[in-house]
Amino acid sequence: MNATTQFETLPTREPTQSGLVAIAMSGGVDSSTVAAVLQEQGQPIVGLTMQLWNQRRLPELQGAGPQQHRCCSLDDVYDARRVAQHLNFPHYVVNFEEQFEQRVVRPFVDQYLAGRTPIACTNCNTDVKFEPLLRMARQIGAERLATGHYARIRKNEQTSRWELLRARDESKDQSYFLWGLSQEQLSRSVFPLGELTKEEVRVLARRTNLPVAEKPESMELCFVPTGNYVQFIQAYSKDAGISLPHGEGEIVTEHGTVVGHHNGVHNFTIGQRKGLGFAAGKPLYVLSIDPQENRVVVGDDDSLRKTSFEVRGMNWVSIEQPPGPVRVAAKIRHKHEPAAATVHAIDATKAQVTFDAPQRAIAPGQGAVFYDGDRVLGGAWIR
Amino acid sequence: MNRVYLDYNATTPVEPRVLDAMLPYFSAEFANASSIHTPGQHARAAVETAREQVAALIGAHPQEIVFTSGGTESDNHAIFGVAQPCLAGRISPAQLAQPHIITTTIEHEAVLNACQAVEKQAVSVTYLPVDREGLADPESVRLAIRPETVLITIMQANNELGTVQPLEEIGRFAKEYKVYFHTDAVQSAGKIPIDVNRLNTHLLSLSGHKLYAPKGVGALYVRGGTRLRQLLYGGHHQRGFRPGTENVAGIVGLGKAAEIARNSLAGEAKQVSTLRDKLEQGLLERVPQIRVNGGLAPRTPNTSNIMFAGIEGEALVIALDLKGLACSVGAACSSGAVEPSHVLTAIGLSQEQAKSSLRFSLGRHTTACEIDIALDVIPAAVAQLRALSPTYRKETASHV
Repeated sequence: MNATTQFETLPTREPTQSGLVAIAMSGGVDSSTVAAVLQEQGQPIVGLTMQLWNQRRLPELQGAGPQQHRCCSLDDVYDARRVAQHLNFPHYVVNFEEQFEQRVVRPFVDQYLAGRTPIACTNCNTDVKFEPLLRMARQIGAERLATGHYARIRKNEQTSRWELLRARDESKDQSYFLWGLSQEQLSRSVFPLGELTKEEVRVLARRTNLPVAEKPESMELCFVPTGNYVQFIQAYSKDAGISLPHGEGEIVTEHGTVVGHHNGVHNFTIGQRKGLGFAAGKPLYVLSIDPQENRVVVGDDDSLRKTSFEVRGMNWVSIEQPPGPVRVAAKIRHKHEPAAATVHAIDATKAQVTFDAPQRAIAPGQGAVFYDGDRVLGGAWIR
Repeated sequence: MNRVYLDYNATTPVEPRVLDAMLPYFSAEFANASSIHTPGQHARAAVETAREQVAALIGAHPQEIVFTSGGTESDNHAIFGVAQPCLAGRISPAQLAQPHIITTTIEHEAVLNACQAVEKQAVSVTYLPVDREGLADPESVRLAIRPETVLITIMQANNELGTVQPLEEIGRFAKEYKVYFHTDAVQSAGKIPIDVNRLNTHLLSLSGHKLYAPKGVGALYVRGGTRLRQLLYGGHHQRGFRPGTENVAGIVGLGKAAEIARNSLAGEAKQVSTLRDKLEQGLLERVPQIRVNGGLAPRTPNTSNIMFAGIEGEALVIALDLKGLACSVGAACSSGAVEPSHVLTAIGLSQEQAKSSLRFSLGRHTTACEIDIALDVIPAAVAQLRALSPTYRKETASHV
């Protein structure tokens, strides 16, 4: 089947509902293609592009030349607008800078400084895209919000729950970032790309002559234009008046032996091997970070592997909170291959997770997402 | 979709008679107004006629009118043009006190940002607060005047509220203390009568596109004898005040628009204010928990700024636009997103209240039928938004 016929026989996840659908448009090829797909289905649409972060705020981070093509940049707003003009549907830029800073940027920096490994995209989805943006969509008369996420949603008629599923294209799957969505949020979300591969999306974009069809993908965190978190945290902390943890501290082994010195705990993440600043006989990794003691604890690969951990902020997605232990495939970071585990709920928000086999670098601050096959059963923050 | 346009303070359509007057100067009469030859003389004559027409609108002499690219250039020219010779006259910073400028917190960005720019060049600036209705107090202007004050720049009508400042009193103080007085009259020209001699103003900014002339043309009134440095360097056009080949068609359009405004001002003000009052009254009757910002001050006849408690103004503007009604909220930033208005926070509104305020501005072509449509569409949209508002319920209890 070639891509053209694929487009004509697009799987209808559900019958097209009447009424306006808002599209969260970043200016990238994915969300732009969502617009083309929905329009092709005869769906009335309105585009919304969020102004999230003012890159000029931290001028020292401005990369030179072509580096500047990033999410949140004026170029992206311009691209989104051009797509809307090309396809001829209404489009607006909406200001969520304040919410984005409060709910995404500031927590990201705070967590980093607390020695954790935060994951901003999940907060952005749960607390910005599917919260104030969805609300704005509803206020302007759209009952649902479509995004360019690679994931699928379906209603389970037996349980009458909205289920979140992995994308058909596993290499693009973004369900890991969406575990925080409530049933209400899911019921109002549309992910038209969930059944498509990235290549199919490109083909569709070209077929509808989208001006962004050949635009490269952005891989970095949108508000860190250089991709250098440490540099961002330093610049942001200065701007926001946050005092950075006092400079130099010790690098120690699990047994407390001092093996080196560091210049600030925010320079380290769990599992990091490079840049420890000293040569060791065998490879050493960051095992944990203790901002209170201003210490970085290192050890070998075996010490980095753990079996059990606690999670907080549990959100059950495709199922209700189970009465007893559940067998799952748990994924502890975006690029982690889900591994067999058991989740024991402690209460409505806390749980203990035990892998069948030890896993590397279980980093506090990351999300743990629990799958049953393609279904996202739920997720939570690693404590 | 039949669109209702209530955003005349953002810009106005070019009047058909203005367009007709302009058209020959794009093609048949295309010559350079500085040329010696006959075609050039035709263009020159058209420019000078326009100068007379603009001068007549504000009670000035034609030779006191400098054509510019618009309100922003006029404001910049006034501020930099006064401040820079003062800076240049100082031998060293220690020798003389810093030149001083007085303005208000609710000026247009063209004035505010120009003031901030000269502040970086060692000019001190006083930003006078305004009262809850958006009015500056002439007495506090007088008290702010210092021996080193070189310029007072205060807008005549505010773009967001429509409030009209007591410029005559301020002008009297300026005259008494021999301080240059500039006013940005971009939002008042054509809406209320202007007489530069009654106002005692030395400098006054005008913009074409707020006056049914095209975008990209404006004027600066410069009272004879005013010491003003040029902003741009080039040829000797416009007595060297403003080099650059004259935008003849645009200037002709501005002249024609000024003439029409002068002739129709009184009748139009009455007609527009009747419709504006109908809109305000109608909204006050149909929508609970609203307030007219600046409603107790003297206002231009066409502007209405309304706070709708508990709504996100940005969402309301979009919802209304999707129903065909064009109005505005806050100030657009470079991406086109909305930032809370500095004017509304300056009159004492909270960030929340500022974000829930919308501006409706009427114009020459607004009809009673359009106001009826607005009175239909706005209450429905506000109700829809409030039903989804996280803040409305708790605000209903508090006083608006």
